[in-house]
Amino acid sequence: MKHVEEYRRKDLVTKLARQIDAKLDRPVTLMEVCGTHTMAIHRHGLPDLLPPELKLLSGPGCPVCVTPTGFIDAAIELSQKENVTLATFGDLVRVPGSTTSLEGRKAEGADVVTVYSPLDALAAAEKRPDRNLIFLAVGFETTAPTGALVVQEARNRGLQNFAVLVGNKLVPPALRALLQDEAVKIDGFICPGHVGTIIGAKAYEPIVREFGVPCVVAGFEPVDILAAILWLVEMVVSDEPEVRNAYERVVTWEGNHAAMDCMNEVFEVEDSLWRGLGVIPASGLRLNDTYREFDAAARFDVVMHEVPDTSGCRCGDVLRGAIEPTECPLFAVRCTPESPVGPCMVSSEGTCAAFYKYRRE
Amino acid sequence: MCLAVPMKIVEREGQRGVAELEGVTREVALHFVDAQVGDYVLVHAGFAIQKVDEESALETIELFREMMAEEFPDEGRTS
Repeated sequence: MKHVEEYRRKDLVTKLARQIDAKLDRPVTLMEVCGTHTMAIHRHGLPDLLPPELKLLSGPGCPVCVTPTGFIDAAIELSQKENVTLATFGDLVRVPGSTTSLEGRKAEGADVVTVYSPLDALAAAEKRPDRNLIFLAVGFETTAPTGALVVQEARNRGLQNFAVLVGNKLVPPALRALLQDEAVKIDGFICPGHVGTIIGAKAYEPIVREFGVPCVVAGFEPVDILAAILWLVEMVVSDEPEVRNAYERVVTWEGNHAAMDCMNEVFEVEDSLWRGLGVIPASGLRLNDTYREFDAAARFDVVMHEVPDTSGCRCGDVLRGAIEPTECPLFAVRCTPESPVGPCMVSSEGTCAAFYKYRRE
Repeated sequence: MCLAVPMKIVEREGQRGVAELEGVTREVALHFVDAQVGDYVLVHAGFAIQKVDEESALETIELFREMMAEEFPDEGRTS
C-alpha cells in the first residue's frame, strides 16, 4: 500500500525533478487545466523545484473563473423576479457581475442560498412549493451529470417550481481552443483528475491525434503531478505524443458511462462563451428539447448577454496562460481575496488566488 | 470545484446511500456507481462518481484531511 508519505516523499520528489531536468533538451511549456492542480502546484512550491526551461501555465481549470459576466448578470436578473430563490455553489456568489454580485443581491434581500449538492436545491424546491427554485448549474464534466440527474428527478417528481440556469462547460473543447491560440504555445497538458473520472482518459485521444500534443491525466499530490510532468517532457522530447493516465487509482480509460449517459440524456452540446477565451465551438451544455421546460432563462424570459469587461481585470489573459497574475496591474493592489475584482481571485481555486496565497513577492 | 472526497458507504436503500467520513455522515446519491455497504466511493456534490479501493480511499482521506485543514479551516468541506 502506498501511503501519503510516499506521494510526498522529499527524496522521490527531488528525484523526479532531477529526472525532468535531465530529460529536457529544449524549453517546454505545459499547462494544467484544473483548479485543484493550480492550488496543489503552488502549495507545494513545485515551480521552484523545476528547471527554468520548464514553464508551467495554469489554464481555464476553474469553472467559476470561466463563467462569463453575462451568466452572473442573468442570475442577478433572475434574483429580481418574484418568488424566486436561487441555489448556487459557494464560490459563485462573490463573483462580480456588471453591477453587483449575488452576495450583493442577498444583502439587498434577494433569496440566495448556497448548496453543497444540486440535490439540496431539489429538496428546497420540494420543501417550498410557493417558491420558484432556480439552481445555477456551473461546472465541468465532473459536476454536469449531477445537474442532469436532478433535472430528471424534478420531472419524475412533477416539480413545477424547479428550474436550472445552465452554465456547464466541457474541458476537451477548451484544450482545442488553447492549442489554436497563437499567443500561447503549449507543448503538453496536465489533464484534470476528477473530470477524467467521468469522461475517462480516452477523451483526450482526439486532441493528441489532431494536434500532436501529449496529455497526461494526473492526481493531486506532488509525486502525481511530477510524474505526469516527467511523462509529458519525455513525450515532447521524443516527439511521441499520446494519452497517459498517471491517476489510475481513480481514473479509468473509459470513464463513468452511467454519469455520461445521464448527461447526454438531459443536455445537448452548444457553442459557449468562456471568460477570456471567447466563444468555443461545442464547449457548453444546454437542456435538450425533452427537458427544455426546466430552463430558467426561457421560463423567466432572461437572456444571457455578452458583456464587455471594463474593470481592467485581466482574468481572461490569466485563464488562457497569456500572462501570470502578477502581470495584471490590479493584482494585490486593487484586487485581493478580500475585495476581488475578477473571478480568478474570488475562487479559492483561481490562479490569482493561488498566486496571492503562495507566490506573492 | 471538481474536488471529490472518498467516503465509505454505511447504508444503502436503492439509489440513496449514506456515506461516512471521519464520523460525519451525509446522504449520497448512488445513481452513477454500483456500490454496496462497506465500499468506498469518491463523492462530488453529493453524488458518488467512482468506486475506489479501500487503500486508495484511506490514503486520499488523509490527504484530504490535511488539505481541508489548510484551505478551508472554517468549513471542512467544499463543492
